[in-house]
Amino acid sequence: MTDIALNPAAPASARPARRDIGLKRRYAAERRFKLYGITAIAIGLFFLVALMYSVFSNGYTAFWQTEVNLAINLDPKIIDPDNKRATDPNVLLTANYPILARNALAEKLGVPTTNKPAMRELGKLFSEGVRGQLRELVVANPSLIGTTQSVWVLTGADIDSAFKGQIDLTVDQTRRKVSDQQVEWMNKLKGEGAMSQRFNTGLFTYGASSRPETSGLGVALIGSLYMMLIVLCLSLPIGVAASIYLEEYAKKSRLTDIIEVNINNLAAVPSIVFGLLGLAVFINFFHMPRSASLVGGMVLTLMTLPTIIIATRAALRAVPPSIRAAALGVGASKTQMVFHHVLPLAAPGILTGTIIGLAHALGETAPLLLIGMVAFVANAPVTPLDPSTALPVQIYMWANEAERAFVERTSGAIIVLLIFLAVMNITAIILRRRFERRW
Amino acid sequence: MSIFMVLVIVMAIATAGYFIGRQRAVSKEGGNVKPHSLPHYHGWWVFLASALPAVLFIAVWAAATGVYLERSAIAELPTRTADTVIASQSLELGMVSGIARGLDRLSDAERANLPQTFAELQPLLASKGVALATEGQDYMIPIAVEWNRNTAWASSVGGIVAIVLALAGAVFGLSGVNVRARARNNVERIILGALIAASGIAILTTIGIILSMLFQTITFFQSVSPSTFFFGTVWDPRFAAAGSGGSQGQFGLVPLLAGTLYIAFVAMLFAVPVGLFAAIYMAEYASRSVRSVVKPLLEVLAGIPTIVYGFFALVTVGPFLRDLSAALSGGYAFIQAQSVLTAGIVMGVMLIPFVSSLSDDIITAVPGSLRDGSLGLGSTKSETIRRVVLPAALPGIVGALLLTASRAIGETMIVVLAAGVAANLNINPFEAMTTITVKIVNQLTGDLEFNSPQTLVAFALGLTLFFITLAMNIFALYIVRKYREQYE
Amino acid sequence: MNLMTERNLEKAVNDKMSAQGNAIKMQGKDVTVHYGDKQALFGVSLDVPEKMVTALIGPSGCGKSTFLRSLNRMNDTIEGCKVGGLLTLDDEDIYNPKIDVVELRARVGMVFQKPNPFPKSIFENVAYGPRIHGLAKNRQQLDEIVEKSLRRASLFEEVKDRLHEAGTGLSGGQQQRLCIARAIAVSPEVILMDEPCSALDPIATAKVEELIDELRENYTIVIVTHSMQQAARVSQRTAMFHLGNLVEVGDTEMMFTSPTEKRTQDYITGRFG
Repeated sequence: MTDIALNPAAPASARPARRDIGLKRRYAAERRFKLYGITAIAIGLFFLVALMYSVFSNGYTAFWQTEVNLAINLDPKIIDPDNKRATDPNVLLTANYPILARNALAEKLGVPTTNKPAMRELGKLFSEGVRGQLRELVVANPSLIGTTQSVWVLTGADIDSAFKGQIDLTVDQTRRKVSDQQVEWMNKLKGEGAMSQRFNTGLFTYGASSRPETSGLGVALIGSLYMMLIVLCLSLPIGVAASIYLEEYAKKSRLTDIIEVNINNLAAVPSIVFGLLGLAVFINFFHMPRSASLVGGMVLTLMTLPTIIIATRAALRAVPPSIRAAALGVGASKTQMVFHHVLPLAAPGILTGTIIGLAHALGETAPLLLIGMVAFVANAPVTPLDPSTALPVQIYMWANEAERAFVERTSGAIIVLLIFLAVMNITAIILRRRFERRW
Repeated sequence: MSIFMVLVIVMAIATAGYFIGRQRAVSKEGGNVKPHSLPHYHGWWVFLASALPAVLFIAVWAAATGVYLERSAIAELPTRTADTVIASQSLELGMVSGIARGLDRLSDAERANLPQTFAELQPLLASKGVALATEGQDYMIPIAVEWNRNTAWASSVGGIVAIVLALAGAVFGLSGVNVRARARNNVERIILGALIAASGIAILTTIGIILSMLFQTITFFQSVSPSTFFFGTVWDPRFAAAGSGGSQGQFGLVPLLAGTLYIAFVAMLFAVPVGLFAAIYMAEYASRSVRSVVKPLLEVLAGIPTIVYGFFALVTVGPFLRDLSAALSGGYAFIQAQSVLTAGIVMGVMLIPFVSSLSDDIITAVPGSLRDGSLGLGSTKSETIRRVVLPAALPGIVGALLLTASRAIGETMIVVLAAGVAANLNINPFEAMTTITVKIVNQLTGDLEFNSPQTLVAFALGLTLFFITLAMNIFALYIVRKYREQYE
Repeated sequence: MNLMTERNLEKAVNDKMSAQGNAIKMQGKDVTVHYGDKQALFGVSLDVPEKMVTALIGPSGCGKSTFLRSLNRMNDTIEGCKVGGLLTLDDEDIYNPKIDVVELRARVGMVFQKPNPFPKSIFENVAYGPRIHGLAKNRQQLDEIVEKSLRRASLFEEVKDRLHEAGTGLSGGQQQRLCIARAIAVSPEVILMDEPCSALDPIATAKVEELIDELRENYTIVIVTHSMQQAARVSQRTAMFHLGNLVEVGDTEMMFTSPTEKRTQDYITGRFG
């Protein structure tokens, strides 16, 4: 310790010698520190971009599906060889429709129908889904039998992948899923304009299927919609009611303290635990149906409730006490004060919190796996009691499939899910911007 | 009379009560006495007096008769013997109720000459849209018929009682309509009751979670001893055939717990520095415009569902790390596609926004006067942050990190897709390990049999998970709360 | 009270001595400050003489704190704040890009309105500045600096037995003196004080004022204050601000006995403010 340090007593005219306070070293540290921060943000943003790129580059092709245009002769000899369709409705349901498509394709490509190996190759060009497609056509209008119809039919998943350029055609044909012959046909049809990519409506309408080209999100979308409606109808009133009680009525006591800690804890409980609760209570104890969107919705409600309560309480707290005093001052009862003044003012905040809670619920997967929503559901559920799946669960199921075409579908489904979430979150942000009030 | 019909009638009575009550209140006004409540409060009071008891009764009655009918059906089932075809009583009961449901849809004519064997009945019901399993037995048909008859009886009795209750309530409410009657206070008391009930649901949920898992866990511990569960080092539940004495299944928690903690550790190792530095930069350095762009972008990471992260790990990160390791070692991929590292990194990415936004809040809560004090002494910004701001924020940050860690431990979808299912006990982060959550999903997807240890173990795992995260959360919330008080 | 009057007498004598005029330590020429679109200072020119206490007075929002915070560039921490004109320390422009703000603040220390000890021990609070600037070569030197600083801040006797307890546990007046000790420990040439007594009770205020008077021997002090009496008690020069303008500056005694400006007179006699 020097006296000089504490005694800047030298006259101002003769300036004190500048102290060495290690500026160079300290600024180097400063720059390093700042660099760490920038690097950290860069890492975070890099992963955001990588994730989005991975999903979108894999998935955008899922919204187009390769189809082939065929002039199909609905030959009565094949559909109804014994001519019994007038008496037996099953004839039209069980007819061998793929043969019709195969023959039409053979004719188009000039392959003789007697060439058995070629015909087998040819048959793999289009999807088995053609059976259902033609069946629907004929059953809806039996008078079409005997005519020739121009129909776009789905190609098989491998042809679809090849058409989109996702299969490396330079490797030897024994080591890839499409043969050279098929590629040749494909290119020929493409040249004629008979094979092209069309918007994939099936992605939004089909249910579960083991074939990628005929599997879609139809069931999952309906299931998710039901669940979101149930979550909204249950969690919003319950959440708002609970928040009003805790924020406006409850006196600070041991009990409200417990409820408070409890709600904060529930918000942090792993979501899978809610699945266990749903399984044990709703399904095992109350015998509710497995795989039903009703149970899914109830489980998600319990999971979302804490989020909504926390958001609602924050919104209620933001309403200034002066409003409450004013309402009570003109002789309103406490209930009137809450419902006439406080709640309407807090509504935008509550709504924002609810939408964000719903968005979380929409993306939640783990609890739904446990209550049996991992189900192979081919038919659209009519009521919330019917078996169904959900959007994220469908993604999980497809993610477990190995085929390239399923990777594409999975990514496509993720894009759909992300778009829903983005719309919900943007709505919430707009609501907040629009109605946010600073007191 | 279906429950739905009864509800409609009750609501109709109550609504009528509302209008009559309001009308009466209006007609009684006009004297010298100032009315206590507005007319519509009288209306609502009549409505509630009429609807509330009736609806509550319907709920209780439906639940009680449901239990009663099930009991009586079980009593009528033949005694279970070794050669009973159907595996369990609950399955048997399910079939009976299925038949009953199908019979309900039959027309009167069809019901009059009901086939007496299940084989004949099955196609008939199938044509009505009720598909039944093939193992149905003939003896179930009369039980089902009986069931339907009892149900019809119970619902008509219940319906009549409910309607009578509704009417009585309406009359009671109407009789009380009076100028000085405190209808508003009555209505408000009921509203308050409803509010209290709603906040009780939060507690009920916690109790439900604990009790439901506790019961299943206790059942599980009857066939597997707690010590072999908590200290067993082998997880191999396949050989635990229920009741086939002798061969105990191997339900060792240790490898799962080790995997869970290891993956969470790797994730935190990645997320904490990145998230913390990002938060520091945003709170202390970034200009408002940079902050307004970067902060929401990072928060997008928090809004992405975990299943998407899982898929990202599965198709992008895992294969990338595997190929990278192969390229580094010249052919041999020492990092497996599904590994602790893959799951840890991707989970870490998911946690970045949690760490950063929680720490950001805490750092900005440190009073500006401390920063001024330090800067006023001539310290650089980083010195102020490292020596004044961070130490002051430390307890809050520790709390935030605990919350984040508990999220890492409870995370499911990422590890299901990226960590693998093999219950290994190793320390190599390049190999696959599995977690508690993965095993819960594994044990509970597919066919369930509620009394086999393979199913029940999932609840024991869930309970363990619940208590681990609960302890962390309570501790973290306590720290955060305490910290907040310090500056308020 | 007795003590106060005694001090006032003594001060009057001191003032006469200072009237000889000291060298100018800091100087402001035509200083303007903008916060975003709002202008807070309109061309203020003020000299700060060495080893004197200069008091800045004026009603709330008159720009006196803004001027003070410009003197060690604490305004830099406020987003959207722009300083124009010339501000010098020892004839060097402190807003010159070549001037290092860290070094500047090590020379021009600051004490704030509300006591803001770091949530660390008393010792660590005082040792903080010397540590970051590397002023002590070893632990012994550091101990000496801390002790001397605390002594100068008249706090040492009160806290010598609990140097390692939290600084936040002291009373308000002690906390403020701790903050002054913390500022002294860096050995600044100028100490800026922004209403250092506004959060303190009268007894604590008296102690701090006494301290300021003692510090004048070694340091140049600029103090912003709300209280006329305080300005009269501790300062030798007083500058009166109003609406972002410097109204009047001069010897404290003169200002309080015969102000030339009507606004100053009104303010001093309590007609507005």
